[in-house]
Amino acid sequence: MSGAGRIGEEAPARQIVVPLRHPWTWLASAVVVLIAGLVLYSVATNPAFEWPVVAQYMLDQQILIGLSRTLELTLVAMAIGLVIGTLLAMMRLSSNRLLSTLSWLYIWFFRSVPVLVQLIFWYNFGALYATISIGIPFGPTLYSASTNAMITPLFAALAGLGLAQAAYTAEVIRGGIASVPHGQARAARALGMRPMLIFRRIVFPQAMRVIIPPVGNEVISMVKNTSLVSVIALAELLYTAQLIYARTYETIPLLIVASLWYLIIVSLLSAGQHVLERKYRQR
Amino acid sequence: MGLDSVEPMVKIRGLRKSYGGREILRGIDLDVPTGSVMCIIGPSGSGKSTLLSCINHLERIDGGRLWVGGELVGYREHKAKLYELPERQVARMRQKVGMVFQQFNLFPHMTALQNIIEAPIQVKRVPPDQARRRAMELLERVGLASRHAMFPAQLSGGEQQRVAIARALAMDPQLMLFDEPTSALDPELVGEVLDVMKDLARSGMTMVVVTHELAFAREVGDALTFMDAGLVVERGDPRSVLSAPKEQRTQNFLSRVL
Repeated sequence: MSGAGRIGEEAPARQIVVPLRHPWTWLASAVVVLIAGLVLYSVATNPAFEWPVVAQYMLDQQILIGLSRTLELTLVAMAIGLVIGTLLAMMRLSSNRLLSTLSWLYIWFFRSVPVLVQLIFWYNFGALYATISIGIPFGPTLYSASTNAMITPLFAALAGLGLAQAAYTAEVIRGGIASVPHGQARAARALGMRPMLIFRRIVFPQAMRVIIPPVGNEVISMVKNTSLVSVIALAELLYTAQLIYARTYETIPLLIVASLWYLIIVSLLSAGQHVLERKYRQR
Repeated sequence: MGLDSVEPMVKIRGLRKSYGGREILRGIDLDVPTGSVMCIIGPSGSGKSTLLSCINHLERIDGGRLWVGGELVGYREHKAKLYELPERQVARMRQKVGMVFQQFNLFPHMTALQNIIEAPIQVKRVPPDQARRRAMELLERVGLASRHAMFPAQLSGGEQQRVAIARALAMDPQLMLFDEPTSALDPELVGEVLDVMKDLARSGMTMVVVTHELAFAREVGDALTFMDAGLVVERGDPRSVLSAPKEQRTQNFLSRVL
């Protein structure tokens, strides 16, 4: 015989174990469900939400173009952020003090100034430099163009979102690389591997495990951050909705259309991130 | 053994190394003849691991000269000055020198087999099929052929260290460096790693082994070096150094560890 109870004390054949009851939890749950139900009922029945209008615009041509522009901005700005961010991270980790300080300055600046301000700044770049020229310093000019012609809203949007993203991504990548134990690079060097090969085959794949989850979060933030671009009149999802309701005065239903699309994209991306995270989890 | 008989595999003269103003190696002279096993013992902080890392230039040196296979390691000599070589050229030299670490340092994102074929394929451009066949032979030799698809985290410490030895051997080195290869192992796993090393020594591999395993040094070592405070204090035949040390510091150390 083993188990609980005094030695020699026989346990009954079928024991009934009653766990501690939590009556207040049940009551609180009931209250929450009731409130949620009331809110849903009100949302569904309040005519001001104009659900038929929402349904009408959900797959509207203009909205879909705005949506694709949002996705495009997310993709390209993230790509810019990743490429420049990786370079910044490598500079930051470099033993060259000048490179590492430059990278620190970049990260400090672009993380400190709000992205919204950066966007407006890029949009108004023409006020700072009227023309952009390529040439030999203090020598002949090879090419010159008006800044306003070059810096379109799209250019300003990508510069604003991408350059700021690079600063955030750089820190994430730096953290990932720093998380790989020093002995890994030592072992690889001892095998005769060269620095670039060590980075590509040994350090980076291990850093990815640490980098992927936060970068996934950054992509999701970026989807939402692209809505900031509406202030420089670039017709992404939110600005498209604004253009339509400025004409039809159906403000709330169009904001709901935009919100539903953001919800859908973010949900899909979250699912994708979950799959990636599982793939990179260490065995 | 005369210092200037046949060209030794490793030749070290007046080696110095400092970290942040503190001298770790204070003028080391050492010869490791080709095909012999040199064991290095000494208290922690005596500089023995640093010495090992200088032999394949994982650490820069601050003075002296160091040759492996007759080739100056890590530097080019010009008008009595040493110029450090670019990493690319040092990497080529390191292919000839295998190294085994206290903490194994297997690549955790690769299986045992992938760990072994990585450098032959990426560095030596060995065709993958051939590299895989050779890796399986080496795994067979260290008794782990059935574990080839396992990741390091799925292997015991002793198994990881044996894979690490196979990984180093896959580059066909002329010299093997062992940096306290059994110090991180549970006592019951030490034997299997030492057995692989004994087998390697019998096959004629030149080995430099930093170790605390005095029985191994006595049985397998052709020579024993005792280091303390960055200097070689005593060297000679392992049996005579271990049983009848001449220097006071060697006697003190041995009385503490035996």
